[in-house]
Amino acid sequence: MTAKLSLRNVTKYFGDTAVCNGIDLDVHDGELVCLIGASGGGKSTLLRCINLLEPIEDGEILLDGQDISTPGIDPQSVRARIGMVFQSYNLFPHMTALDNAMLAPKRVLGKSKQAIQPEVEHLFDAFGLADRMHQYPDQLSGGQQQRVAIVRALAMQPEVMLFDEITSALDPQLVGEVLDVLLTLKSRGMTMVLATHEMGFARQAADKVCFLQGGKILEEGPPKAIFEHPQEPATRAFLARALK
Amino acid sequence: MTRRQMYERHQRRKSTLIATVSTVVAMLCLYVFVPMTPGWDKVQKSFFNWEVLQKTLPKLLDAFVVNIMIFAWSAPAIAVLGLLIALARNAKSPAMFPLRVFGATFTDVFRGVPVVLTVYLIGFGIPGLGLPRPWNSPYLWGSVALILTYAAYVAEIFRSGIDSVHHSQRAAALSLGLSEGQVMRDVILPQAIRNVVPSQMNMLIALQKDVSLLSFIGPVEIFRQAGVFKSLLANFTPYVGAAIIFLVITIPATRYADYLMARQMRERR
Ligand SMILES: Nc1ncnc2c1ncn2[C@@H]1O[C@H](COP(=O)(O)OP(=O)(O)OP(=O)(O)O)[C@@H](O)[C@H]1O
Ligand SMILES: [Mg+2]
Repeated sequence: MTAKLSLRNVTKYFGDTAVCNGIDLDVHDGELVCLIGASGGGKSTLLRCINLLEPIEDGEILLDGQDISTPGIDPQSVRARIGMVFQSYNLFPHMTALDNAMLAPKRVLGKSKQAIQPEVEHLFDAFGLADRMHQYPDQLSGGQQQRVAIVRALAMQPEVMLFDEITSALDPQLVGEVLDVLLTLKSRGMTMVLATHEMGFARQAADKVCFLQGGKILEEGPPKAIFEHPQEPATRAFLARALK
Repeated sequence: MTRRQMYERHQRRKSTLIATVSTVVAMLCLYVFVPMTPGWDKVQKSFFNWEVLQKTLPKLLDAFVVNIMIFAWSAPAIAVLGLLIALARNAKSPAMFPLRVFGATFTDVFRGVPVVLTVYLIGFGIPGLGLPRPWNSPYLWGSVALILTYAAYVAEIFRSGIDSVHHSQRAAALSLGLSEGQVMRDVILPQAIRNVVPSQMNMLIALQKDVSLLSFIGPVEIFRQAGVFKSLLANFTPYVGAAIIFLVITIPATRYADYLMARQMRERR
């Protein structure tokens, strides 16, 4: 079976430093892949490359076997199929939560407000945000804002979701409500790539864990193998620090 | 009332008292000493002549309508042109390079020349080409000079507003599949414009005053009308009348702009 999302030798330079240095990765349908690793390892950059927010220098990125990294491809049509959620929520402050979520379906998919609103309201409902829909971002807690950001990405009905440390800016007691959303998505069969410092969550929920360092995947495998029997000394050192 | 509130009330009363006393003293000094200056009698007659003011004020107000009209058609044109220039300077793709150069040149030129010079050059220069009737109007070309100059300043303010929107907003909007144009229109500009409303208010106030520069090329607006009265009556009071009319408009407008600015500062925090 071909992977839903497949990275082949993805290479990305900032100046002279290779921030992604030949990354190979397969993400199958319905899989949750966690990227772990020390700060600066290239997790965010890799996710941004997959979403074509950064052009790559070498290698290819395949979505359903189609190369989406060829220069000159229409990035909008690709991004419409891949949702992304950021550490800092990045909700549009001048719109209500509902309008945040309806903007892209209206503009990109050309749907009318009447057509899209019930669908989007249903999403708000499903993630416990029904009574928050008509509020502006600054009236919401961090956890609520992040859940709205997830709903906003889901409203485009993406095939793959990318999450970049989406709980790192949250108060500890709000982390759980956002991670619960990920579990719900997993149970619905969403394909997801998650950069995270939440080792407990990666261990419990991931299908595959990749340890990134210096722009390379040093080690990958099922969470049990990575967390209990890490092979690389660097992985062992990182986990020793992270799990302390 | 808590001890702190009592203390603060005491402080407030004290500072009000000090302010009142010092104002009264200053007014008294003005009232007593200014009339003692040797030229006071003459100045009073030629600048603060009640009869002249009464006689000229209605006509001055009529002339001020001309100011308001020039202001009213220039301001929207400035907003639109300024926004277009800002967008041109902000265009990202390499194909837009000429547009960026044009935008930069435009702002450099029209911010670099004193307004009055631009008014002269365009206001005298273009009608000098001998264009037919409506196209040689100094009202038209004077307004064009104001529009070009102010659009350059307004464009820079819009541009700073666009820069003030965090780049993560752009990344988030792009990641949803929006095009660059949609990102600008739906996400960046609404925030950018809101961020610069107070600064643009100040530009409006400045424009309102600079409309008077058109008097140099012909239009009989309030400043020119006051000049006509000055020559006619050999008295400067019409100028004081004109100044009062301006102040009636600009002081509330300035206060309002300051209020908007202060509110924005509070919201930022
Ligand atoms: N726009 C950029 N220009 C230059 N260098 C960059 C840029 N973005 C990231 N980098 C560099 O690339 C490297 C990888 O950064 P990246 O943000 O991908 O790491 P990360 O694994 O996500 O780290 P963190 O856990 O702190 O989020 C870092 O050394 C960073 O300084
Ligand atoms: Mg990161």
